[in-house]
Amino acid sequence: MKIVVLVKEAPDTYGERTLSLETGLADREASDRVLDEIVERALEYAIAYAEKNEGTEVVALSMATDAATASVRKALAMGADRAVLVTDEALAGADVSLTAEVLAAALTHIGFDLVVGGDQSTDGAGGVIPAALAELLDIPQMTKLASIELTDTTVSGTRATDRVTTHLRADLPAIISVTERFAEARFPNFKGIMSAKKKPFEVLTLADLAGGSDNGAGTTIDVLSAPRAIMTEISAKPARAAGVKVVDDGDAGTLLAEFLKKNQLV
Amino acid sequence: MPESTDSAVSAEDFVDILDGLRQFIRGKVIPLEREIAEKDEIPQELRELAKDMGLFGYAIDQEWGGIGLDVVQQAELAIELGYTSLAFRSMFGTNNGIAGQVIEGFGTDAQKEQWLAAIASGEVVASFALTETGAGSSPASIRTKAVKTADGWSISGEKRYITNAPSADIFIAFAKVINDAGEAKVEVFIVPSKTPGITVGPHDKKMGQAGAWTADVHFDEVKVGDDALVGGKPGIGYKAALTSLAKGRITIAGLAVGQAQRVLDESLAYATIAKQGDHVIGDYQLVQAMLADQQVGVSAGRALVLDAARNYMNGSDTRVGPSVAKLYCTEMVGRVADMGVQIHGGAGYIRDYPVEQIYRDVRLLRLYEGTSEIQRLIIGSNLVKQKLAEG
Repeated sequence: MKIVVLVKEAPDTYGERTLSLETGLADREASDRVLDEIVERALEYAIAYAEKNEGTEVVALSMATDAATASVRKALAMGADRAVLVTDEALAGADVSLTAEVLAAALTHIGFDLVVGGDQSTDGAGGVIPAALAELLDIPQMTKLASIELTDTTVSGTRATDRVTTHLRADLPAIISVTERFAEARFPNFKGIMSAKKKPFEVLTLADLAGGSDNGAGTTIDVLSAPRAIMTEISAKPARAAGVKVVDDGDAGTLLAEFLKKNQLV
Repeated sequence: MPESTDSAVSAEDFVDILDGLRQFIRGKVIPLEREIAEKDEIPQELRELAKDMGLFGYAIDQEWGGIGLDVVQQAELAIELGYTSLAFRSMFGTNNGIAGQVIEGFGTDAQKEQWLAAIASGEVVASFALTETGAGSSPASIRTKAVKTADGWSISGEKRYITNAPSADIFIAFAKVINDAGEAKVEVFIVPSKTPGITVGPHDKKMGQAGAWTADVHFDEVKVGDDALVGGKPGIGYKAALTSLAKGRITIAGLAVGQAQRVLDESLAYATIAKQGDHVIGDYQLVQAMLADQQVGVSAGRALVLDAARNYMNGSDTRVGPSVAKLYCTEMVGRVADMGVQIHGGAGYIRDYPVEQIYRDVRLLRLYEGTSEIQRLIIGSNLVKQKLAEG
């Protein structure tokens, strides 16, 4: 069983997160850079499965700048067997469609039985990468799962909503995404930290993935090197203006009601 | 004890280890501090996490399944561990420190083989049983006796304030043996805690460090085999006690620096939020003066601990330096914690604020593993001895 976990570095949610007003991208220098928490839960699932099932290989895959190396290495310290980082200057500012195409090409390069990702990142919060990958790779998708059961040939799981719990099953290879219902990630232990630097860490560029490759389902993926969603303008959120003060001269109730009505709050 | 100058853990790996430990302490241990204090117990889940992390064997050689940090790295780790409840460190402190070091430094290969891997993994908790009523600061004065039997030893005596005794699987027990020349010499034995004749008393009700358990341990004709004598032959115990304690002093000094840093951080956070009149109290110069004194203590203590660790590791000073560091840092954290309470005002006297607990917890640091008075005697007597030796 080969499980590829999609990992992403994100600004620490405990710190301040800002957008660069020049590029429209997250300002990654403004806060600590960490593995996104939901990604850590996905890793935790895969590593825990591998611990119980001999012969399982866990690969951490990321597309990021090489500054994300330390974060990706944390996946190795937690217990992933190897890591693949796709990094290329041409990918700066990549949108979800381009990201999905690159990841699909990388997944084809690596090979997999199961791909596991978080349901959505805490920074971009797009939440569509797993679905896009399913389309590009022509494999079943089961997203936003609350639990998983994995056999040699199938993956099944549950998706919980307010009203119903859906039970899903797909044949492998497949892609799934996990929610915060999954267990919190372990802290890397000292031995894991020391062994992380000895594990294989493959760095790929677009050139390495170029030309398309057979994904096993008969289609060929071409990696495009330009995003299709273009940010045309960005501006800072306006500062909050002072609120309206109602002084009670006996008519405060009326004034309050008028304010609520005028602002369509009632 | 011979210390290797080559580090088994590279500087690069150690940066990541320290960073990982910092995240663990801040993310997992600090949120449990109140629970540990109120229940007077380390939650089982936290014990398991500490085991998995490798904390029970960070000082033990990799050959025996430990992490094998060198003395300077251990000191840096101690500073980090000192940032949270001292009870947390105490849980695995004896495994890495005074108890584990006796076996690693002085045990036979068979003893190391039998115990060290289990100590390093946390499967076995090792407890250091030296202190007695009337023999805390002076190991030579212990009254517990070991008498030779046909196939081993019979140990009788009473130990007091033994850290981790209630959870111990083995005691590193010190006892007097009368040698062939009729002299009473201190020897050290590895005694499984379930051996008939051992009784562990109820755990002591202490001023602070709730969650770290100490108790009396009674040895009543406890029979152990010849293989229980550390090192396999007599003449090792006293040196093992002194060597293990000297190295342990660097760790205690590191913990003191960690606690002082925490008090400073708590004090600074409070001083920049709490207001008197229209000003945060940090605006007032008398509060700033206390913060400054705290910072000076932390900075000086950190430099001193790391210097003592370097000199211990290269062998240039294994005796005076650890005592200097322990004396200064444990006295320093007492003053820093006192100022922390003062900066917090009435809040500093309330259990909800970490400084209240730290104020009580750090008091022990000046007492155990050699009181401040003993440290002064070690430092002073060695200075005079060295000068006289120079002629």
